Amino acid sequence: MKKHWKMIRLAAALVVVLSLLAACGNKKEDGLASIKDRDKLVVGVKFDTKLFGLKDPSTGNVEGFDIDIAKQIAKHILGDENKVEFKEVTSKTRVPMLNNDEIDMVVATMTITEARKKEVDFSDVYFLAGQSLLVKKGSPIKGIEDVKAGTKVLSSKGATSVKNIKEKVPGVTVLEFDNYQDAFSALKAGQGDALTTDDAILYGMAAQDPNYEVVGKPFTDEPYGIAMRKGNSDLVKAVNDALKELKDSGEYDAIYEKWIGKKPSN
Amino acid sequence: MDFSVLTGNYETFLHGFYNTILASLLGLVGSFILGTIIAVFRISQVRPLMWFGTAYVEFFRNIPLLLVVFLFYYGVSSLVGVTLDGFNAGTLGLAVYTSSFIAEAIRAGIMAVPKGQSEAARSSGLSYLQTMRYVILPQAIKLVIPPLSNQFINLVKNSSILSIVSGFDLMYFGDGIATDTFDTINTYIFVAMFYLVLTLPLSYGSRVLERKLARHD
Repeated sequence: MKKHWKMIRLAAALVVVLSLLAACGNKKEDGLASIKDRDKLVVGVKFDTKLFGLKDPSTGNVEGFDIDIAKQIAKHILGDENKVEFKEVTSKTRVPMLNNDEIDMVVATMTITEARKKEVDFSDVYFLAGQSLLVKKGSPIKGIEDVKAGTKVLSSKGATSVKNIKEKVPGVTVLEFDNYQDAFSALKAGQGDALTTDDAILYGMAAQDPNYEVVGKPFTDEPYGIAMRKGNSDLVKAVNDALKELKDSGEYDAIYEKWIGKKPSN
Repeated sequence: MDFSVLTGNYETFLHGFYNTILASLLGLVGSFILGTIIAVFRISQVRPLMWFGTAYVEFFRNIPLLLVVFLFYYGVSSLVGVTLDGFNAGTLGLAVYTSSFIAEAIRAGIMAVPKGQSEAARSSGLSYLQTMRYVILPQAIKLVIPPLSNQFINLVKNSSILSIVSGFDLMYFGDGIATDTFDTINTYIFVAMFYLVLTLPLSYGSRVLERKLARHD
């Protein structure tokens, strides 16, 4: 019988250790001051999203709309657009990494939502996207109205697109992947009928593989914001100032046109 | 500790837990059967069988589990034209991967049975298969229990690979809950506890079984 007690004690000890781990909160440091001390801005961006943040395997450079915006923010805060370090985030990892102090801010196609506002602080909107669908050419799905209960739709873990499509089409099957490249691979492997996320990202995928096309009109508004740890009002203000300056100087329009191929409509 | 993550997502956790148990059970049975067959191939006198067994073990044991699962999830559809969903591809990959380790454990157990045993059996007129079935394997199984239980515990933990191919397991839903609630630490602690509910009895049971079998010696 003694042996049983040993097991129970062991299990109890494990529970205690795990609870202690949970109790260790993360320390919050002051954003703007520590960035200036370090003289470098650490930004979480996507490495797998064409047009926004894509790592070029041959050069090792990350390129895209989000990257250029982040560089301009570094220039505004630190006076040099090269004083910026990029770390890869996915829809799933960006908030935990931010709260873990691994990055100063997230510039990664992140939609501003009420739920997320409780967790992080957002800058003003820096890009306006809308959710749409990517399908193989010749697919019977021509728009959101063709997505029915039981249709298999692919997306990325932690993306707003998952919640949106479930609300639009009750009973739809959503398969979530770690990032959009995996979701796209799954679509190519015939694991689903359509891939859904913001149109801006989908156009990048369609550009990668001409056998796939974006169908239908966008069915949501996805305003992108730059996310920062809660309670850093100095930093949020600095970022908003930077964005305003970019828009006033026409620099923003130039970056937009460089990646999206047209002038911003608003 | 904050239990709201658990209480608020109880059904989601249970759904994932159920699929993890199912994948583990299927993986356990599948890998054991596959592993035993491959082990017999490995020590077979028939050359091509031996070659096949060796190639199988060396291939699947020496590539990452993730790749094995990707092979079934992304690869099989383009090679064979059959699409395996995340759960099936994940469970199959898990069984195939684990079976290579199990084959090695069983082979080691069979080799550890003294040679005189099989010589005696063969000279009493038993066929090769009969010798295996009635003389060698029953003795080998005792030696194999400790390494096998290790593999089974690993298999349960490795079943989290299903989350990568949207196999609706515990880890898949854990990821979803963590991103929905933003309570990453607490979510994964509950996920860890669900896994412990499966693995602790397994390791305890294997110890009991070991002791029981040892008594029969």
